[in-house]
Amino acid sequence: MRQSCRALDWGQGVPLPRDSGARGGSMSTCSVSKGCFVFKPNSKKRRISSTGDYFSEGKNDSEDSGLRFATCQLLWKQINSEMEKIQDELNKQLFDNLINFLRQSHSEFQTESTEWMCRMKSSEIPTAALVLGVNVTDHDLTFKSLSEVLQDSITPYVVSLQAKECPGIKHLLQKLMGQLMNCYVDVDDSEEEECVNISQKKMRCSMASLSQWYKDVTKKSGFETSSKKRTSSSRHWQSPPIVVIFKDMESFTTKVLQDFIVISSQHIHEIPLVLIFGIATSPMIIHRLLPHSVSSLLCIELFQSLSCKEHMATVIDKLLLTTQFPFKLSEKVLQVLINIFLYHDFSVQNFIKGFQLSVVEHFYSQPLSVLCCQLQEAKKRINSLSHNQCENIRSLPSFRRYVESQVSEKQIALLTEDNFLKEVTQTLLEDLNSYHENYFPVLRCLHVFTSSLPKYPLGKQIRELHCACLGKRVWETEEYGSAVQLMRMLAKAELVAILQKCVEIFTSSSGKQFSNTIEKMEEFLTRFQNLEAETNDIQDVSVSSQNELQKKTDLYHLQKTLLELKESKRSKKLTKFEMLRFEVVDFIESLVRSYLTPAEMQTLNEVVYFNTANTLREHLNAAPRIALHTALNNPYCYLKNQTLKSDVGCISNTAPDICIAYKLHLECGRLINLVDWLEAFSTVVTAVEGKDLDSTATDQMDEIIHARFIRAVSELELLGFIKPSKQKTDHVARLTWGGC
Amino acid sequence: MNQLEVKKSKVLEAKFVADEDVLKHIADNGGVKVRKDRAQLALNVKKFVKKLENISDDDEAQEILEEQNYVAILGTCAEDSLRNGPNAGGGEIYSFQTPKRHGKMAELASELAQTPGKNVTFDSSQYPEKPASTPQNSKKCAASNKAQLKSKRNEFVSTTPYRLRKRLTAPSMHSDSESDYSASCSEEEEHKETRDVILDQKAPNKTRAAPTSKKAPAKKLKEEMTSNLVEEYFEAHSSSKVLTSDRTLQKLQKRKLDQQTLLVLLNKASPAFIAELKELNQQHESLFSKWMLQLHLGFSIVLYGLGSKRDLLEKFRTSLLQDSVHLVVNGFFPSITVRSILNSITEEVLDHVGTFRSPLDQLDLVVKRFNEDPSLELYLLIHNLDSKMLRGDKSQQILAQLASLPNIHLIASIDHINAPLMWDQAKQSLYNWLWFETTTFSPYLEETSYENSLLVQQSGSLALSSLVHVLHSLTPNARGIFRLLAQYHLENKDNPSYPGLSFQDFYQQCREAFLVNNDLTLRAQLTEFRDHKLIRTKRGTDGVEYLLIPVDNGTLTDFLEKEAEDM
Repeated sequence: MRQSCRALDWGQGVPLPRDSGARGGSMSTCSVSKGCFVFKPNSKKRRISSTGDYFSEGKNDSEDSGLRFATCQLLWKQINSEMEKIQDELNKQLFDNLINFLRQSHSEFQTESTEWMCRMKSSEIPTAALVLGVNVTDHDLTFKSLSEVLQDSITPYVVSLQAKECPGIKHLLQKLMGQLMNCYVDVDDSEEEECVNISQKKMRCSMASLSQWYKDVTKKSGFETSSKKRTSSSRHWQSPPIVVIFKDMESFTTKVLQDFIVISSQHIHEIPLVLIFGIATSPMIIHRLLPHSVSSLLCIELFQSLSCKEHMATVIDKLLLTTQFPFKLSEKVLQVLINIFLYHDFSVQNFIKGFQLSVVEHFYSQPLSVLCCQLQEAKKRINSLSHNQCENIRSLPSFRRYVESQVSEKQIALLTEDNFLKEVTQTLLEDLNSYHENYFPVLRCLHVFTSSLPKYPLGKQIRELHCACLGKRVWETEEYGSAVQLMRMLAKAELVAILQKCVEIFTSSSGKQFSNTIEKMEEFLTRFQNLEAETNDIQDVSVSSQNELQKKTDLYHLQKTLLELKESKRSKKLTKFEMLRFEVVDFIESLVRSYLTPAEMQTLNEVVYFNTANTLREHLNAAPRIALHTALNNPYCYLKNQTLKSDVGCISNTAPDICIAYKLHLECGRLINLVDWLEAFSTVVTAVEGKDLDSTATDQMDEIIHARFIRAVSELELLGFIKPSKQKTDHVARLTWGGC
Repeated sequence: MNQLEVKKSKVLEAKFVADEDVLKHIADNGGVKVRKDRAQLALNVKKFVKKLENISDDDEAQEILEEQNYVAILGTCAEDSLRNGPNAGGGEIYSFQTPKRHGKMAELASELAQTPGKNVTFDSSQYPEKPASTPQNSKKCAASNKAQLKSKRNEFVSTTPYRLRKRLTAPSMHSDSESDYSASCSEEEEHKETRDVILDQKAPNKTRAAPTSKKAPAKKLKEEMTSNLVEEYFEAHSSSKVLTSDRTLQKLQKRKLDQQTLLVLLNKASPAFIAELKELNQQHESLFSKWMLQLHLGFSIVLYGLGSKRDLLEKFRTSLLQDSVHLVVNGFFPSITVRSILNSITEEVLDHVGTFRSPLDQLDLVVKRFNEDPSLELYLLIHNLDSKMLRGDKSQQILAQLASLPNIHLIASIDHINAPLMWDQAKQSLYNWLWFETTTFSPYLEETSYENSLLVQQSGSLALSSLVHVLHSLTPNARGIFRLLAQYHLENKDNPSYPGLSFQDFYQQCREAFLVNNDLTLRAQLTEFRDHKLIRTKRGTDGVEYLLIPVDNGTLTDFLEKEAEDM
C-alpha cells in the first residue's frame, strides 16, 4: 500500500520523456516507478535453444563446431566423473571414521544399555568436530556427499544447517523440523501428509514437538518394517539417530548455538541426537564460542579432513599427469590456475572451474580441437577433414616448423595435397601421443630423484617440475644443473631406493618402449648389490699402501711416496660406486633429454594444448580497478584516436569529460570545491572548443559545459571516487587514497 | 657569557637553514648536479631518494622475488594487452601522495587549456611559470595561490631530509648482513664433503636462520617507515581544517539545472569519438554468443569497466533473449530491493499467489520450483549489481544463491571501484563469476538520472511535486500542521545547531492555531507524515522528541509559496 503510494509520487512528478509504462507490452526497461521487468514470451514462440547452438553461433570459421561441442561435452563429462571418483576416494577415510563414530554413539541408545543411561544422566550430546580447512568453497561438496553417505548407511534423518539461515533459535528449530519432516516424507511418499506437516511446522516448533514426532515416526516405521518396506528401511536401525550438521560453525551466533545445545541436551534421552560441527579454522573455536557450562554438555570427537594441498596434488596427478584425457594445459595456463589456488583461495573447486573454462575455451577457439580426442577416433576424423581445416593445420606454427625441416618435394606435397597432409597428420598425432606416453613416466621418475634432493632445486611438488619441463628445455636451466650435481652426491642407499621406485613407475606405465629402460635400471640395481662384495678389495689396497709407507724409512723415498699419494689424491681415482653413480645419473639425464622436451616443440601441439593464459586470467582473476584506472587515465588504450595519444602520466585535453574531471580531481586533497572544479573544467573544455564566439553563444556554451560537468561529477560519484560532503558548502569528498 | 650567547645563536641559525643545506649536501654527495631552480632540486632529490630506496630494498629482494614471480605470471598479459598498460602496478594507482592544495587544479587546467590539441605532460614536481596569456578565471586563482604553493614546497623540502637520513642508514646495515650471509655460505661450501649429504640437508635451515636475525633491524626500520606513513595519513585526516577556497555555487550566479534541462543541454553537446566508440561496442557485441554459451555452462557473467553497460546489455537482451523468459533488474533504481526482485520471480515468472514471511522463505520456494522443473529457465539481467540498495551482505547472499541455481542464468554489470569487495569466497563460488571487461565510455545517463544521485543541482522539483501531492490528499488541518512545522523550520534555517521542533512545543503551537485538540490526534497526524517521509523524528540528548523536515530549504520555501497561492 505504502509502496504503491510512493510509486505514485514518483510517477506524478515531472513527466519525464523517457518514462513510458513498461507494463503495456512495450519492451522498455526504463521507468521511474519500478526497477524489475519480467519478459515472458508466448509459449509457442519460446525456443528451446540448446547450448550447442551458441557454441557454433558467432564464429565465422565454424568448422565442425557441432562435433567439437560434442567432443567437448563428452570430455568434460569424463573429467567430471573422474573428479567425483577422486573426491570419493579422498573422503572415504574420513567418512568411514565418521560413520563408525555415529554407529557407536547411538548403538547404546539402540540397545538401551546402561551406558546410554549413564550418558543420559549427564545429558551429553555426542558431537563430531570436523576440521575442514580454510577452503570454504569446497566444503559444500564435502557436506553434500557426507549427508548422502549418512542417509545411505546410517539414518534418513540428516539435517544440514547454515548460519545464514538461522539468525535465531526459532529459525534454527524451524529449519531443523522442516528438513526432518521432509525426509520423513521421502520415506513415506504421501503428499497429503507433507502439507499437514508443513502447516504444523509453522504452528509450533519446539524440542518437545520434535521428540513427539520422533516417537511417532519410529513407531510407524517399526510397523512398516514388519509389513512392506523391509528392504528400504532395513539399512537403517530401528530408531536411527538424528544427525544435525552445522556447516559453518564459526558463523553461527553463539547465543543460538548455546541455546540449541542446552535445550537439546534436555531432550537427549528422548531423541538420539548427534551433532556435526564443520570447522574451517581450528578446533579451539568450539571452546571460544561456547562457555564451559555448554561445551561440557557435548561429548566431542575430532575428525580431520584431507588438507586442500594434498587434495590438489591428487587432482593434478590424476587429471593432468595422465594420458587418459587428450586435453592438456600449457605451462602458462597451469601456472595461472595454480597461482590462483595458492595465492587466492586454496579452493580445489575453483581450480576445477578454471580447468573447465580452459576446456571450453580451447574447443571454442581452436577449430582443430576436433582432433582433441582419443587417438583412434582422431585418426578417423582426420580423414573427413575439410579443405579449410587442412589449411588450418598448415597455418599452425608448429606445423610450419615441421614443414620447413622437410625436403623440398615433401614440402610442396604437404602444402598442396590434402590427402598427403592427412596421412602425415595421422603419423604426427601418433608421435604426439607417444610423446605423452613417454613424458609422464619419465617426469615421475625425475621427480623421484629431485624430490629427495636438499633444497629442492626443481621444486618439491611434481607440478612445479611439470611446469618447468613444459615451458622450456629443462636441462638448459640453472636449477636443473644444480639438481644433477646434487644427484651425483646421493648416498648409495638412497640411490637404490630411488632406482627401485623408478622401476616401479616404468613397469606400471603402459609404454612398451620402456622395456630397455627397465632392464638397464635393474642392471644398475644388481651392480649396486655386487658393489658391496668388491668394497673389501678396495680397502685392502689402501691398507697395503699404508703398510708400504711404514716400511720405507729412507727420507728420499718417503718424500717421493708422499708426493705420489698426494698426486693420487688430487686426481682422485673414482671408486666403483662413484663410477656407477655417474653412470646412473648420466642415464637419467639421457632419458630427460630425449623424453622431457617442451610441449611447444612438438608438432601439432596446438591441437591438444590450451595455451591462451590471458583469457583465463582475464575471466577468472580480473582487475576491475586497473581497467577503470587505465580507462580514466589513458583513454587512448580503448579509443584509438590520434588526438588522444599521449605519454605516460599525461592526458590530452580532448579526452572524454569524465577523464578530464578525474584528472583534475586527482590534484585535490580530501575535499574538493565544486566551484573551483567547475572552473578548471570549463577552462580545459573551452580551450578545446575555441573562443571565437559571440556573447550569446558563449552563454549557451557555458550552460552546456555546466551540464557536462554535472554529468561527469555524478558519474564519478557513481564510480565511487567522490561523495557529497556536508563539511563545507558545495564541497565533495574524495574517496580514493591520495586525498590526504 | 656573551660569546656563549653568540655561539648559541649561531647554532640556532645553523639549524634554521639546515633544511636546505642538508638537502644540497646530500644531493651533492649523491653526485647529482645541483641546479639553481628549486623545483628542479626537489625533483632531483626525489629521484635520489628513489634510488636509495632501490638499494635498501635489496635485502627484501628474496621476499619480493616470489611476489614478482607471481605478478609476472599473473600479469603475463600485461605485455600484449595494452589495457593493463604500463601503469598497472597496484601501488601507483592509489598511493599516498604529498598533500595538495586547491590551486593545483586550476593550474593544471590552465596548463591543459594553453595547449589546445596538444598533450601536456602532467608531472607533479614541475611548476612552470605562468605566461601572461592565462585564461582570466584561473589567473586570479592561480596568482592568489602562489604564496601557498611556496609554503607547500617548503613543507615538502623540510620533510625530506629526515626520511632521507633514515633511508641512508638502511643500506649500510643491509650490506653488513649480506656479507655475513655470503661468508657463512661459502664456508659451508668449502667444508662440504660428498658423504654428508644428510648434514647438508639441514644446512639451508641454518643459513637461513642466521641472516634473518641480522635482517631484523632493517625490517624494523621498514616497519617504522610504514608506521610513519600511517601517522602521516591520520595527521592529514585529523585536522578538521579544510584547505579549499570558500567559493560557493550560489555566488557564481549559475542557474540551477533540473533533470530535463540537463538532458536537453547534454543533447546539444556534440558527442566525440563516435567511430571509436562504435568499434569498441562492436568488439563487445561479438562476445554475445560466447556469453550465452558460458551462461548455459553454469557460469555467471559480470561486466566491468568504465562506461555505462546498460545499452550493451539491452542489446544483448533484445538480440538473444527475445524468445526466453528473462528478468531485467535496474539496480540503480533508488528503491529497488531484493524483495522486489524475488517478488517479480515468484509472482510473474512462477505465477505464485501468496505472501512470504521472509525473503529466505521466498528464496526457498524459488529454489524448490526451479529444482523440480529443469525445463524452467530464467535469464536474470542486473544492471549495477553494486548499487547502494543491492550491495548489502544479505541481498548479495540471496542473489548469489539465485545465481547458483543451474537454470537461472545471471549476467550483471558493476561500476563502483570497490564493487568486488562485496563478495567473499563463499559468495564468489556461488556466483561462479566469469569476468569480462567491457569498457564502453558511454555516459551513465540512466544510472545517474535519479534525483538522489545528482549531487550538484538538486532541483527539488520531484520532491516538491510529491510534497504537494501528498499534502493534497490530507485534511486541511493536517496541511496546517505541516505548514506550521515548515514555517518554524524555515525561521531557524540559519541556525546551524537547530535541533528541530520539540513535540511539546509543536503541540502547544498547534493547539493555539486550533489545529488539534489533544496530543493523540497530533501524534496520528505525525505518523501519517512519517509514513510519507515528510518528517523525521529524532531524540535529543535530553530525551525530548524533535521533529525535522528532511527536505532542503529551497524546496520548502517554494512549497510554502505555492501553498500561499492556493489559499
